[in-house]
Order: sequence, then structure tokens, then C-alpha cells
Amino acid sequence: MSPVPCRVLSVEQELQDTYTLEIEPPRDDWSFLPGQYTMLYAFGIGEIPISISGDPDDSTKIVQTIRAVGAVSDALVALQPGDSIGVRGPFGTAWGTKAAEGRDVLIVAGGVGLAPLRPVVYDVLNHRARYENVTLMYGARSPADLLFASQISEWRGRFDLEVLVTVDHGDDAWRGPVGVVTSLIGRSSFDGDTAMAFVCGPEVMMRFTIQALERGGLTDDRLYVSMERNMKCGVGLCGHCQLGRFFLCKDGPVMTCAQMAGSCWIREV
Amino acid sequence: MSEVFDVLIDQPFFEGMTEEQVQAVAETARLVTFEEGAVMFVEGGPARRTYLILDGDVALSLRTQEHGAKTIQTLHRGDFVGWSWMYPPYRWSFDANVRSEVTALQFDGPLLKKASLADPELGYELLRRFTEVIVTRMQALRIQLLDVYSTFR
Repeated sequence: MSPVPCRVLSVEQELQDTYTLEIEPPRDDWSFLPGQYTMLYAFGIGEIPISISGDPDDSTKIVQTIRAVGAVSDALVALQPGDSIGVRGPFGTAWGTKAAEGRDVLIVAGGVGLAPLRPVVYDVLNHRARYENVTLMYGARSPADLLFASQISEWRGRFDLEVLVTVDHGDDAWRGPVGVVTSLIGRSSFDGDTAMAFVCGPEVMMRFTIQALERGGLTDDRLYVSMERNMKCGVGLCGHCQLGRFFLCKDGPVMTCAQMAGSCWIREV
Repeated sequence: MSEVFDVLIDQPFFEGMTEEQVQAVAETARLVTFEEGAVMFVEGGPARRTYLILDGDVALSLRTQEHGAKTIQTLHRGDFVGWSWMYPPYRWSFDANVRSEVTALQFDGPLLKKASLADPELGYELLRRFTEVIVTRMQALRIQLLDVYSTFR
């Protein structure tokens, strides 16, 4: 499966090291499910998996948010509108938004983990009547590290979405909560017997979030996480992304804690 | 039963305690309010009280010569503020500043201890609940210390 050359439509800097690219889809019928990712190829440099951060109902562009942390991601964020980028996919599993219909929905994001969850927010808001209470809980390092800050402000203005934001380290201008994202869980209202949660962020943050949600009554079949490993082929052949008995590129990245059966607690995997 | 009892009995923290136990706790407490910008307590001051926030926001901060006052954590509805009344030397470890007007229950530490000694079952129930809050908060602070969102290159 070869990368399809696609045109970069726009590049927007979100944070000091994080950019959002809009890419022309390789075909007219291109679509994705919230939680899926593509393999993005910087020609001559390399290919990396990047979660799709756009609206699943908008098929006019592929939106991907990239944190520049290495050679390939540095090259991707340096692209300009009109440049060519290689795209494979979409790949992987989706957040359980269908299964969440009729329930309270908790979306818990940490740092750039908000990017893979933004399609869930879009999807839930596009079909708002299908869900009960919806809460977005977002934690970042500092106020300057809040991803999609202006969009979060917009979401806050809605009456059908509860948005709670905290930072680990505030500054003089910050008037919001200071503390880790797990501290927000006790402040949101949800029915622990039926609610469904979607969690994405650094693994240590997800582990503690899972514990906090379990204390709130959620069971592991209603806890979805997005796991990250070294994905290479995207189709479960090369084995680079193995996590226990799974290849995360095709069995993941989104899985329930029940599916993972404790794999995220096992250091060796 | 008192107004304080009526408030306490609805608080998740006291869920599962008998009415008698909640009444004993209520006798150590009173309702208080703090204006935005007020100081609940300052580092080093004598710690004889603890607060359960019913409404509003409180910032715990530490002052350093290099950085001035730095907010370590904010506390909100349902959170307790202040543990220093429990153990010697009974001095506050942080400043507590009111971010938005606070309504709280203020508990008298020595009276709470006296009630716990008079009824060890009550004492155990309180200690079990306070310990859970303290452990949860300590775990949160440990994650904060890890700086999990930073970029390592």
C-alpha cells in the first residue's frame, strides 16, 4: 500500500511545537471514523502515524494535528500550502460513539491528546440529541499549552456541553483550575452506572484517569483509551506496534480497557 | 437538627455515616463565607480549622523569593481545604486565597478531635475519609510533578 500524494491546503500553528494541517483528501469518497489515523509521509524523510483531528462529517479535507518532536514531524509541520504530502489510510479502530448513544459521555483529554478526541466532540455535537450529558475534561501543562483554545472557548458557550479545563501549572493571568485532569472528574455530573468515557493523553495520565473513572462507577467495557506505539505498516504486518496480543495499528489505537485486559498496567508490554 | 446538619448530611463525604455521627460532626462546624480575594489562611499561621467548600473556588499557593506566589492547586465545591490542624506543629503549609466567593463549612479541629476520641467509631470513619482525600490529592500531585505533557526530544 503506497502513500497517495495529496496537496496541503493550509498549515496553522496551534502551539509552540504543534501545528494543524488541512490536506486535500486522496479521493472524493474519502471518510474516516473518530479515533482513526493516517500514515503521513514527508517525501524523502519518512512516515509517521498521525490521528485525524477534524470533523468526521466534513469530507472536504483531512485535518491532522502534529506535534513536532522528531525529523519526520519537523518536516511535516514545515510544509506549506500547495506542497505535496503522502497519505495512507485511514487506519485503525474508532471511539465507541455509537455505543455511547443514550448515555452520559465523558471525554477526558490530556495535552495534545485532545487532537484524537476532537472528532468525538464534533461527532457528538453534530448528533447531540443522541446523547445525554456530555462533558469534556481537558488538562494541559500550562495556559500556553492549551490546544484549540479558541474552540474550547466556543464550546464553553454552549448549553449542551460541559467543558472543564485545568492546567498543571498556572500563570499570573490564569483564573481557572490548577491541578491534574483527574481532579476534574469529581466535579462533573454523570451516571457512573451507564456513562461511557473516552480518554486520550500520555499513558500515565490515562492510567490514573481510568482509576478515577472506575471510582466513579464506570466499568472497563465503558472505558475507551487511545494507545500509542511505534506504528509502521498500518495494517498489522510488521509487528512494530505490538501491545500484548494486539497490533495497535489495526486492533487499535482505540480500545476498551476490557479488551486490553490490563495490558496498560503491564510494564513489559 | 441544625442547618449545618442539613448541609452535612447531603455531602458525599459523609455518605454512609449514621445520623448520630453526622450530628456529632455538625456540632463542631459553622457556615462561613469569604469574599473574592479574601485570605482564608497564610503559611505558617496557627492551623486549628478545616473547611469544606460548598460553593466557590480557593487557590493554594506557596511563596518563593524567586517566583513570588505560585498557585499549586485550586480547590472547588466538595473539596476540603486544610489538613495542618490534624498534626503538629499545627501550622498552615500554604496560603489559601479565595478566587471566587466561597461558602464553606468551617470545622473546629480540636473539637473534631475531641468528638473522635469520645467516639472511636466516628474517629475511624472520619480518618478513613480524610485519608482517602489526602491519598487522592497526593497521587494527583505526583502526576503533576512528572510533568507528563512536556516534550522530550
